[in-house]
Amino acid sequence: MADPETLRPETLLSVRGLRIGATAYPPGEAPRDIEIVKGIDFDLSKGRVLGLIGESGAGKSTIGLAALAYGRGGVRITGGEVRLEGTDILALGKKGVRALRGARVCYVSQSAAASFNPAQRLGDQVIEATLHHGLATRKEALARAAHLFRLLSLPDPDSFGDRFPHQVSGGQLQRAMTAMALCPEPDLIVFDEPTTALDVTTQIEVLAAIKAAIEETHTAALYITHDLAVVAQVADDIMVLRHGETVEYGPTRQIIEAPTQDYTRNLVNVRSIRHAEAPDQSGQFLRLSGINAFYGSFQVLHDVSLHVPRGQTLAIVGESGSGKSTLARVACGLLPPASGEISFDGAPLPRTLKKRTREQLRRMQMIYQMADTAMNPRQTVGQIIGRAVTFYSGKRGAARRARVIELLDQIELGEAYLDRYPAELSGGQKQRVAIARALAAEPELILCDEPTSALDPLVADGILKLLLKLQAEKGLSYVFITHDIAIVRAIADSVAVMHRGRLVRFGPKSQVLAPPFDDYTALLLASVPEMELGWLEKVLARRRA
Amino acid sequence: MTAPRSDTPVPRTLARKLHEIRSDYPMGSRILGRLLLGLVLLWASSVLIFCGIEALPGDFATTYLGQAATPQAVANIRAELGLDQPMLTRYLAWAGGILHGDFGTSWASGQVIADQLWHRLGNSMLLAGCAAVIAVPLAVSLGLLAVLYRDRWPDKLINLVSLAAVSLPEFFVAYLLILWLVVQHPVAAFPATVYDSMSIWEKLHTIALPVATLVLVVIAHMMRMTRAAILSLLSSAYMETATLKGLGALRIIVRHALPNALAPIINVVALNLAYLIVGVVVVEVVFVYPGMGQYMVDAVTVRDLPVVQGCGLVFAGIYILLNMAADILSIFVNPRLRHPR
Repeated sequence: MADPETLRPETLLSVRGLRIGATAYPPGEAPRDIEIVKGIDFDLSKGRVLGLIGESGAGKSTIGLAALAYGRGGVRITGGEVRLEGTDILALGKKGVRALRGARVCYVSQSAAASFNPAQRLGDQVIEATLHHGLATRKEALARAAHLFRLLSLPDPDSFGDRFPHQVSGGQLQRAMTAMALCPEPDLIVFDEPTTALDVTTQIEVLAAIKAAIEETHTAALYITHDLAVVAQVADDIMVLRHGETVEYGPTRQIIEAPTQDYTRNLVNVRSIRHAEAPDQSGQFLRLSGINAFYGSFQVLHDVSLHVPRGQTLAIVGESGSGKSTLARVACGLLPPASGEISFDGAPLPRTLKKRTREQLRRMQMIYQMADTAMNPRQTVGQIIGRAVTFYSGKRGAARRARVIELLDQIELGEAYLDRYPAELSGGQKQRVAIARALAAEPELILCDEPTSALDPLVADGILKLLLKLQAEKGLSYVFITHDIAIVRAIADSVAVMHRGRLVRFGPKSQVLAPPFDDYTALLLASVPEMELGWLEKVLARRRA
Repeated sequence: MTAPRSDTPVPRTLARKLHEIRSDYPMGSRILGRLLLGLVLLWASSVLIFCGIEALPGDFATTYLGQAATPQAVANIRAELGLDQPMLTRYLAWAGGILHGDFGTSWASGQVIADQLWHRLGNSMLLAGCAAVIAVPLAVSLGLLAVLYRDRWPDKLINLVSLAAVSLPEFFVAYLLILWLVVQHPVAAFPATVYDSMSIWEKLHTIALPVATLVLVVIAHMMRMTRAAILSLLSSAYMETATLKGLGALRIIVRHALPNALAPIINVVALNLAYLIVGVVVVEVVFVYPGMGQYMVDAVTVRDLPVVQGCGLVFAGIYILLNMAADILSIFVNPRLRHPR
């Protein structure tokens, strides 16, 4: 394309010495000011895409929102300049900022489902900013919205806007939000983790749609994510952030193929765990056979049968809504199945939680995706773990304390964490405490429901390593629910693939993840982003063929 | 709407059929459900009122006869009024009459209750209606204004004044208004007794003070609910979306927050409307206004039980009707129910 702007790139956004702070309110201490972003510089040319990558807390969303002169919550921009075509937007008054937002700079959030007003039709929301800023007439805006819906491969593009947010799927909402950002024809769009909340099979579609839309409209973009493999598909340049500082900043190819910093190398080589699959998988320590389960009149599980040998890991993989968490609820008795049998260590287990003995409950424990909602925020770590110790072993006083400390050592946190509250822990530390609480029961099997999917890759790696270490030491069996194929490759012995409440594939890892594939497993495997430039185009080309 | 989580599968029976109807017609079935519930509640309150009045101490015959209450005379009067019949018979006769619009005759005056009742109800509705027409829009607007200027002086002023108004007893507010607007600056009318011969403008002028009193009494509750309902939405992600579209604060609150805050606002408005009709005895007494409340209080003093029963049932009916209307409106403003998937 002989577009003069692409030949002679003009600087659109120029950020110099950006500093952003907030006030923290730690429990029981005086409030103190913290610095979230500590002096960031970058330039973004028209029509280019800059990927901002880092763990949570790295300040990447905060930087993205600064491009709209916005601080979320109590966040304040304390220093530096954000120049949009030469004008420092941080120095604009209220009116100037309002004229900028939704017209020249637009924002796509991580959770489109929460970011659309539930009481308004999608179309009205998509064109609202365009009309408000007087950029087009209603008729023109509607036509543009329909065009964008088509560009983003949304169903029935001409009438899609008549729907309400609850009437479309999560992936469609995310694309609708992209349309909402593109509609006023802005100079810059900030994409804040736009595919993180989606299933891999949906993520690839949304990613392709966003990429196509960026290319067609020549808008510049800041693309924020924690997934390097994703950002490698869309960004021209990448900035790696950590603790509010730049670790590395350069062209995408250099960052992926020749990173200069250790931290970047770790991000590139994340998931270095390779767990060799157990040779004998005939054991049936936990066995579910012919399970049918319902929520009300809606059948969520259709005739599912699988088993886990003692001391091994079964990974259950599938999209959200595939019934994988429901299967765990059935196994631990939270959801009694309509039909089918559950047996544990050779003996049948009662279907309902009430009918199971405390000993049966003790032997099977559970850890959850959201460790912080699974813990009482008003109890210390010692109390949280100690309750489970007392409940299952009856230990009190000094014996209980000693056991809690022993458990804290096993999860690599140690005695110092005894009196901390959950709010004082990081996400990974909270998940470790949740593991310790499960271990307090001295279980033989742990049901892990996406325990790492809310965590950053490096932290998640630490949790997976811990789980494997505990398995080796104690002979624990795991049922590990995940939507992440990379985790399955890393830790599983056997794998079950779920799709729409049915088991589509079950067997040893080496068989399930090797051809010949059924259609769904093939799609699932092909959708996992790979750390490779041009991967997205390759997959899309293969699909079209 | 997804099906509610239940831990047991629904068997293929009537329950399942009902469940299907509910998911096929989410709004119609819910509205029908509320209507049926309203009828059941009305029946239950008629039983409660009847039994409650049965249980009251005192007896019309002895009160009526006073010194002349010989056992024979009492028995005669009781027979005349049908009080010697069994309770169930009397309840069925009373309830059956009401189904035909017949509330019986007053023991004290011998007049047909229904005529007097509808007349008084009409007066009460006029008073309540005028108060509501002023109070509801004013309360919602003040609530919006308080949100717009939250934690700044307009918000604080609105809160202070409305809290003061709701904290003062109604009769005190009423006497203050009389003192100020009738005695010191004679612009308003007192007493607020309306007659059928008056034109609607004369009536409105006459009832201005009781209306003003009622507005002051109910406005704070609705205003604070509006404020709280909208404030609770301000931190939601779609409000941030609206901010990042560059919309102004007023537009964000009116277009994006208010539609989602309607359900709690509608409910508190309905409660206050019911209060305006049912709970204004004190204001009626102070302003000598011939409404339902005074009618009932007069009947209680002479133990004219059919009137008390009739008034009680009408009050219950109004409460049920208004709350039912609020429920149905709340269902109607929920986009998930109005536009099922």
